[in-house]
Amino acid sequence: MKPNASQDSRMVGDALPRREDRRFVTGAGRYVDDLVLPDQAYAVLVRSPHAHATIRAISTETAKASPGVLGVFTGQDVAADKVGGIPCGWLVKSKDGTNMVEPPHPMLVLDRVRCVGDQVAVVVAESKAAAREAAMLVEVDYDILPAVASIQAALSDGAQTVWDQAKNNVCFDWDLGDKTAVKAAMNRAHKVVELTVRQNRLIPNAIEPRAALGHYDAANDHYTLYTTSQNPHLIRLLMAAFVLGIPEHRLRVVAPDVGGGFGSKIYHYAEEAIVTWASKKVGRPVKWTAERSESFMSDAHGRDTVMKAHLAVDKDGTFLGLCVHNLANMGAYLSTFGPSIPTYLSATLMAGCYTTPAIYVEVKAVFTNTVPVDAYRGAGRPEAAYLLERLVDKAAKELGMDRLEIRRRNFIREFPYKTPVALEYDTGNYDATLDLALSVGDYNGYAARREASKSRGKLRGIGFSTYVEACGIAPSALVGQLGARAGLYEAATVRVHPTGSVSVFTGSHSHGQGHETTFAQLVAGHLGVPFDNVDVVHGDTDRIPFGMGTYGSRSLSVGGSALVKAADKIIAKGKTIAAHLLQVAETDVEWHCGEFRVRGTAQKKTLGEVAFAAYVPHNYPIDKIEPGLEETAFYDPKNFTFPAGCHLCEVEVDPETGVVEVVNLVAADDVGVIVNPLVVDGQLHGGLVQGIGQALYEEAVYDEDSGQLLTGSYLNYGMPRASDVPSFKVGTHATVCAHNPIGSKGVGEVGAIGCPPAVMNAILDALAPLGVTDLSMPATPEKVWRAITAAKTAQ
Amino acid sequence: MRDFQFHRPSTVAEAKKLLGQCEAAKLLSGGQSLLPVLKLDMAQPSDLISLSGIASLRGIRFDGNRVEIGAGVTHAEVAASMDLQKRVPSLTKLADGIADPQVRNRGTLGGSLAHADPAADYPAAVLALSATIKTDRRTIAADDFFVGIFETALASDEIIESCCFQIPRRAAYAKFASHASRYAVVGVMVAQFADGVRVGVTGAGPSVFRWKEAEAALSNRFAPDAINALCYHPDDLTSSLEASAEYRAHLVKAMTQRAVTNALQQGGLS
Repeated sequence: MKPNASQDSRMVGDALPRREDRRFVTGAGRYVDDLVLPDQAYAVLVRSPHAHATIRAISTETAKASPGVLGVFTGQDVAADKVGGIPCGWLVKSKDGTNMVEPPHPMLVLDRVRCVGDQVAVVVAESKAAAREAAMLVEVDYDILPAVASIQAALSDGAQTVWDQAKNNVCFDWDLGDKTAVKAAMNRAHKVVELTVRQNRLIPNAIEPRAALGHYDAANDHYTLYTTSQNPHLIRLLMAAFVLGIPEHRLRVVAPDVGGGFGSKIYHYAEEAIVTWASKKVGRPVKWTAERSESFMSDAHGRDTVMKAHLAVDKDGTFLGLCVHNLANMGAYLSTFGPSIPTYLSATLMAGCYTTPAIYVEVKAVFTNTVPVDAYRGAGRPEAAYLLERLVDKAAKELGMDRLEIRRRNFIREFPYKTPVALEYDTGNYDATLDLALSVGDYNGYAARREASKSRGKLRGIGFSTYVEACGIAPSALVGQLGARAGLYEAATVRVHPTGSVSVFTGSHSHGQGHETTFAQLVAGHLGVPFDNVDVVHGDTDRIPFGMGTYGSRSLSVGGSALVKAADKIIAKGKTIAAHLLQVAETDVEWHCGEFRVRGTAQKKTLGEVAFAAYVPHNYPIDKIEPGLEETAFYDPKNFTFPAGCHLCEVEVDPETGVVEVVNLVAADDVGVIVNPLVVDGQLHGGLVQGIGQALYEEAVYDEDSGQLLTGSYLNYGMPRASDVPSFKVGTHATVCAHNPIGSKGVGEVGAIGCPPAVMNAILDALAPLGVTDLSMPATPEKVWRAITAAKTAQ
Repeated sequence: MRDFQFHRPSTVAEAKKLLGQCEAAKLLSGGQSLLPVLKLDMAQPSDLISLSGIASLRGIRFDGNRVEIGAGVTHAEVAASMDLQKRVPSLTKLADGIADPQVRNRGTLGGSLAHADPAADYPAAVLALSATIKTDRRTIAADDFFVGIFETALASDEIIESCCFQIPRRAAYAKFASHASRYAVVGVMVAQFADGVRVGVTGAGPSVFRWKEAEAALSNRFAPDAINALCYHPDDLTSSLEASAEYRAHLVKAMTQRAVTNALQQGGLS
């Protein structure tokens, strides 16, 4: 760990070990469930065992009389208190200009449950055991209704409606792109390649289950909520303004150490509002911690779309036009960002890294009797990348072309590039990352490896995906036009203390990403102070000016840029102070990483000396500037960032059992400028494992008839394990982001975006000699075995 | 999980006595199946009687062509036993493939047999290695022990003391594990003795069973292709989200052939 004060080799780029890991690996992290407030009570939720039912009556008398019970509350109590519903953060309009159907989302349901796990009542008691005991005594009289548990069921003729106001269960029917141009492309195409793919529904499974601890302080009429959140300020805004009607200055939201989110902890959940509201009701702090089975049925799920695509291609493999019909499952309610995922975060990526001149995408979103679906690592971009990369492979096959050749034929090579689906890519070099993947992955040695596998009775396949994604979300004005109900800037404060050490306050939230290290490196490098003299503070609305939080791989490119802006203001103010101290004109003072130097002389003042003068302003330009050295900046990005790359995967398939093993995985990514390569590797590895999880193991399954969640535990929901994955080979090739001061693009999601299509393309390549042409995720052993058996029968 | 009384007797007799005295007691061995059930409130025993303090339930003893393993011996202890690795490597390999290290460090042979999970690994070995189960009152032959899904021939107050396996000439266990749970979707133990071959199949059906047709074919000629002409019929097999009956039937044969191949690779041991 060498602090480096030279401008030419700043800390950016150093692979420093993560400083936060000391407390995590020694069990000293402090999570919401670790917090114990005096007189704390415990909440247990009564959840619906049915996917769809009307509530005839709820009897709480026995439960209320149970030992240790402080209160039992239902939707009736919520309605009586005129508590608002959980808001949706994004408005999508249908093709005809009408707003999406936006049903109410009450904190406790009043008269109808719409998915298994829906919150029906809450019991607050002296202990968790007492609350659980009493929760079993709450009697709910249900009148069971038919349930629609899948997209197909929801759209079938005469289907039961989840919401009376949503005809045929349609939430919205949206489109993007030039339909006429695409139609013309199809007409003049040499060939139209058709493919339908399904995105398996995923359960995020953060290692720390969600938890919330609400505390109403009656003496000061002030609320505090400790919660497992990726964005405490957003929760404060939504809960204060839309649900509980608390003035924002009377509500503090703290998200302390949080054990993973992957998107599932972005959203404002009912339980957060319930414990805050119930705390006032019972006059005690109230804590709720999810059981693992509750996590399965109440955390927002991810993906769950069915896409049908037509790609018009010319004889030589040039893409002429693309048409996509996407059906997206919203679940029973609209989660915070749910409607934006299949639309603005997926349809807009349908150009991929190709010059397809005409693109048209339709998205029909439907309600079902399942838990809400929202962003999960990648959020919309994995869906786009998977469709495109499967489709490109299929086009190559139908044209008899090499899979890499067809990609290179269509790569975008001139930047900035405006796509037909609303985005403008600033920089990129798709050939470079493809070449890198081929060399790191020893593509030339593949044929020999395939023969070696064959000699062991295994079928080997190789697959590629050359993807691009959009992250670093997002310009506020743009997303506002697109229906976002929030801005997507980030805020930061840099406080230089009198002795020259620095505290950094960021609106980004770290729940595994390593901000305490990366952000300290960034500021230490920028201000020329030792790494150990910079601390990073996050996750508390009382300490941080504001923040939009962490998701969409935005922390470094947006949150980091806000920090750089704040640090620049420190330097600017420091110059004025230094000029005064050195008795020269401000224009003669040069900043040289940690020092203010007088041009052409040996005279200088360190940042520490300037800071001391700012706090002890005896000799100070008090007529020009205020004492103190602390600056806040809000950074609103000018554009999305566009990480891209090539993932290469090799699999071995056991033709007898259908078992697929990933034996080689190469990720060659362009994530822009890298602040900490160790953190980048870690982010990539995690994303790749989750990508393999989606491709091979994970799927949330609801029973078609009853709407019961069949994969409600680790007994039958397949999480990827360390033993399931090979030692990854990762490489990076940076093109610098053109519009943020760091040049970074983002790395949090690329693993989960680029990997699944590479895995599936590899499996299909392995099985191609047997005549298998299609396979859906997850490629479970039985599914692969059946595909092999069916292909054999057909031949 | 509800409150319960906890007991830790030091003899089987004492455990038996407690079992008779308590209102709704459960015997606790490694707890790897019982504790999850308690946590989900699916069982609410008044008392838990831990068998972990009973010295007579420990130990691995060889006696001629048999090995007796105490009911309280953990999977990890079986897997690590050098004597077993020399004389019945199929059994140590089986134990080493149960669940994960945490489960293997706590879970016991007796607990697994008494629980009789249809996807547990040990039952396949009990059948294939023609074991006898010794309890506080009698000895039960392997073929009579497993009755149905989570059901054994044990009386409700009967305590397993040990399990005695016949040492085969050669044997192997081939397991197709569930990716999610690591339980056997299909697990097949094939064991060759001087007087014939036994094939125990776990995971595939509601209870562990022997595949008699394969036993006959393999007794005739111990080679993987000896059962090429056979097909296990899916009718009685389990169909679940994890695997259909057809796929399990396919795996019964495939795992049997792999077990034979592995057994042959190990060479004869007697």
